[in-house]
Amino acid sequence: MQTLRLYRSTVGKKAVMAVTGVGLLLFVVGHMVGNLAIFSGPAAIDGYAAWLREIGVVWPLRFGLLLCVGLHMVVAIQLARRARKARPVGYEHGRRPQSYAARTMRWGGVVIALFVVYHLLDLTAGVANPHGVQGEVYNNLVADFRLWYVVLAYTVAVLALGLHIRHGAWSALQSLGVTAPRGIALVVATAICAGYLSVPAAVVLGVVS
Amino acid sequence: MKLTLRIWRQSGPTGALVTYPLDDLSPDMSFLEMLDVLNESLVLRGEEPVAFDHDCREGICGMCGLMINGVAHGPEKATTACQLHLRHFRDGDTVTVEPWRAKPFPVLRDLVVDRSALDRIVESGGYISAPTGSAPDAHATPVPKQAADTAFTSAACIGCGACVAACPNGSAMLFTAAKATHLGSLPQGQPERWTRAQDMVQAHDDLGFGGCTNAGECIPACPKGIPLTTIAQLNRDLLRSHLR
Ligand code: SF4
Ligand code: FES
Repeated sequence: MQTLRLYRSTVGKKAVMAVTGVGLLLFVVGHMVGNLAIFSGPAAIDGYAAWLREIGVVWPLRFGLLLCVGLHMVVAIQLARRARKARPVGYEHGRRPQSYAARTMRWGGVVIALFVVYHLLDLTAGVANPHGVQGEVYNNLVADFRLWYVVLAYTVAVLALGLHIRHGAWSALQSLGVTAPRGIALVVATAICAGYLSVPAAVVLGVVS
Repeated sequence: MKLTLRIWRQSGPTGALVTYPLDDLSPDMSFLEMLDVLNESLVLRGEEPVAFDHDCREGICGMCGLMINGVAHGPEKATTACQLHLRHFRDGDTVTVEPWRAKPFPVLRDLVVDRSALDRIVESGGYISAPTGSAPDAHATPVPKQAADTAFTSAACIGCGACVAACPNGSAMLFTAAKATHLGSLPQGQPERWTRAQDMVQAHDDLGFGGCTNAGECIPACPKGIPLTTIAQLNRDLLRSHLR
């Protein structure tokens, strides 16, 4: 009963956004660190991928992520619809909210979700990958980032993710009751963008081939 | 100085912006005095004066509230519309004046909205239950300095509703949090602290306000400088009340 009342309240929904968001953020950080194995050569990153399967974390992780993404999206849609209902008549002299990151949370989230679908088809299922051989992570990645449009799509998605985290990481803490300095979220977002973009950059610049 | 005003006029279910050119204004006039001048001329012409809310005109009652060029209470920081002076505009500017916009704030007429929804939130938990009678001694309940400061900062809220008007979600969370933090920080407010958080948030939601998403737009809009930390404290109190 209590839990249901909490979930129904707008503050409870915000807490759900925060907890699932933190879960996803931890995954994003872990994924990024794993990606950096590419700089140690094909054996390292292919071996890392094989090891993840061996220790059996892949499916529990996928299940957890699906749950987080699902809840994160459901609650986001509920809050967005509530916001629209709360202001049926808008202002004639509108003004954009000041924080670009805060303003783009909703559409930025959609961009990220679309990218995740493509990303899964590309590097998990392999069907959208120019190389597309299971287990050959290194070759799949290099084949991808030799195509300018893949680099472009990936870069846009990573920047959208960075922007989402820029507001989201700070916002999650606020929702859970801690007002942190906004700089923390900026540092986290910048580090994540840099980590993710280093891989396509390395392929484009020929450091990894 | 000269200004062209575009003012929202509404006497029925819908309204529209109407343009009024004004000459001979003094930069030392307040925004509301300018509306007084306009209204005098409207009355002389036999037209309906513009309805707008105001009372103290010194920034303490919370009655005035206008969306001026899309900014709640106009361009000056920490200033209510009644304390805004024309010197902050440029000669020849066009200024759009609209009422607060939110579902729980229906427009009554022109620039006047019904803000009783905020009273409903206070009724749901913005009080303490204590035996009344003669005033207690001032030092009967010691209050730690920090708690007193937090309570005082939060108690500065004048209930103007600018936070709702500025919020992209139409949320009244800053107002609600100011009230809950004001009482929740003091010893006298402790017995009802947890039910207060639950009941006030519930009332806020039931009234049709949007959910806070930490957009932070309310902070520059608030004439009394209520900080975002009040919302964090309410979030914390609500979560704790359910997890206790
Ligand atoms: S929190 Fe600030 S903006 Fe909101 S009602 Fe109180 S004084 Fe007005
Ligand atoms: S009229 Fe009282 S605060 Fe503006």
